[in-house]
Amino acid sequence: MTLPSLAIRSLLNRRFAIGLTVLTIALSIALLVLVEQLRSEVREGFYRSVSGTDLIVGARTSPVQLLLYSVFGLGEPTNNVSWETFNALAGTDEVAWAVPISLGDAHEGYRVVGTQAQFFDHYRYADRQPLAFAQGERFNDLFDVVLGHQVARNLGYTLDDQIVLAHGTANVSLQQHDNLPFRISGILAPTGTPIDQQLYISLTAHEAIHLGWQNGMPRPGANPTDVQARALAERLTPDSVTAILLGLTSRAAVFGLQRRVNEYRQEALSAVLPGIALQQLWRITGLAEQILRVVAGLVVLSGLLGMLTVLLTTLNERRREMAILRANGARPVQIAALLIFEAGLLAAAGILLGLILALGVQAIAAPWLLSTVGVNLAVGWPSALLWKILAGIWLAGLVVGAVPALMAYRRTLADGMQVRM
Amino acid sequence: MALLDIQQLEFTWPGQSQPVLVIDEFRIGLGERLFLRGPSGSGKSSLLALIGGLVQPQQGSLTCLGSELTALSGPKRDRFRADHLGVIFQQFNLLPWLDLRSNVMLPCRFSRRRAQRAGDVNRAAEDLLQAMDLAPELWSRRADQLSVGQQQRVAAARALIGQPELVLADEPTSALDSDRRDDFLQLLFAQCREAGSALLFVSHDRDLAPHFDRQLDLATINRVGASA
Repeated sequence: MTLPSLAIRSLLNRRFAIGLTVLTIALSIALLVLVEQLRSEVREGFYRSVSGTDLIVGARTSPVQLLLYSVFGLGEPTNNVSWETFNALAGTDEVAWAVPISLGDAHEGYRVVGTQAQFFDHYRYADRQPLAFAQGERFNDLFDVVLGHQVARNLGYTLDDQIVLAHGTANVSLQQHDNLPFRISGILAPTGTPIDQQLYISLTAHEAIHLGWQNGMPRPGANPTDVQARALAERLTPDSVTAILLGLTSRAAVFGLQRRVNEYRQEALSAVLPGIALQQLWRITGLAEQILRVVAGLVVLSGLLGMLTVLLTTLNERRREMAILRANGARPVQIAALLIFEAGLLAAAGILLGLILALGVQAIAAPWLLSTVGVNLAVGWPSALLWKILAGIWLAGLVVGAVPALMAYRRTLADGMQVRM
Repeated sequence: MALLDIQQLEFTWPGQSQPVLVIDEFRIGLGERLFLRGPSGSGKSSLLALIGGLVQPQQGSLTCLGSELTALSGPKRDRFRADHLGVIFQQFNLLPWLDLRSNVMLPCRFSRRRAQRAGDVNRAAEDLLQAMDLAPELWSRRADQLSVGQQQRVAAARALIGQPELVLADEPTSALDSDRRDDFLQLLFAQCREAGSALLFVSHDRDLAPHFDRQLDLATINRVGASA
């Protein structure tokens, strides 16, 4: 048996106190890792959702707000963009494609997006991947609806099911568009973005279900039937849309076009670059992130201090152990090394357990985060930075271990060869 | 030739003004069994710590097996202790969470010389445990499951593994009743003879003295005690 194995046997003898210490450290590490992982994964998740869109245009508002309601389904739009403006933008030379988005309806709490079929051609997520259908196809008929993957899975829908949309985006809607049910024509493959949480209908259908509505209410007696709505739909053009996603012919044109949109005379508009809007969002959330990091750091510190407390209180009980080792030939340095080894082992065990704990929580929380915020939280290998932080914490554990080691070292020198109790 | 030779030694604990030991001469012969009577406060702990190389005298010489201990560095004295000395305390000799066999093998962990002399360390430990009248079914038990008498015999086995030249025994029988005390002494003597180890046995119990080759009173050789 070697010295480390002696240390391990000694630790096993004190397994209850030691186990609690390791658990304390593990919990603090888990918190730290979760904060760090969530931070980077949430950012990554947001970036995944806007990979193919060069500009987002909406009514004048803050870039962050426009980005959040148009792409992430968070918050409410303040105002709309007129249809004339959409046509003008779509006809601009630099614009390769323009996809309108109309919001305002929901189904079982999931947002319904009114758009055009080319949305499925142009939208990109993650590493510029196009959308794919798990089943069925895009909307062809006026009352066809395409479901995001989570919507279909969570509500248990399959192709050709009939569903009714509700007016407004609240979870409980008083007004149902129950006169005009929709047929599910397609279900999208999972993307790990808010796409999975949304339903897609054609812009014309979005107009059709609001036929006879005024001020967000149906006019009394004006509930068109399916046949009536279809007849009218031929001539329907929308007055306005909520936002417009733009793809440009060249990325170099993006700033010029953005400026021109922002200075558009006919209407007060905002054009935002998704990446830059996200940067602004991070600046807003940055303070909260820093606070979380500081809190996690303090919790780790208290975990290490807890370990120091345990090591110091047991040091007195272990005076006998030290004297026995010393009398049998152990050098003071070996005894000090034994204690530092112990601290290093405890810290390492705590860090490892904490890491496992954090990844476990992440794996469990991932589906919930995906369904509530629409952010895909990949259970990823910790980043290089996180590894460095963990290595730093381990070194701090060794430093903590040096305190009792130093005390034991001096004590063994002073005790001579007696077993003092 | 003397195994241990102390000359004109004076020792004061660090931070104290009065010396606890002033010894003109003290010797132990090779393989000798020496009874040293020393009541508590007579400086016996200091003497054992000096012989063990755990502390250094301020004056005088302390030669063991031809090595001048006062000239050795701390780590070298630790090494010397590990290689050449076996130690038995009054009680609480064993690491309570370790099994008997591992407790006995402990010195071989710190001294390659002792391990080499023991040969097959595991086997040597078992032979010594057997010789100390400890049944094989106890060998894998934790040390704290044994009676005090059994623990002292394990401690003796540990002191003797790898045949150290000198065994220091600090009142090893004070926790034992008189029957067990005599049994323990006989086993200890037999194994010291077997290993060729000298024995420095410190005790306040005069009744034990006749069993030894020679007896000394620490109070008579320590001039600090005599003048007090």
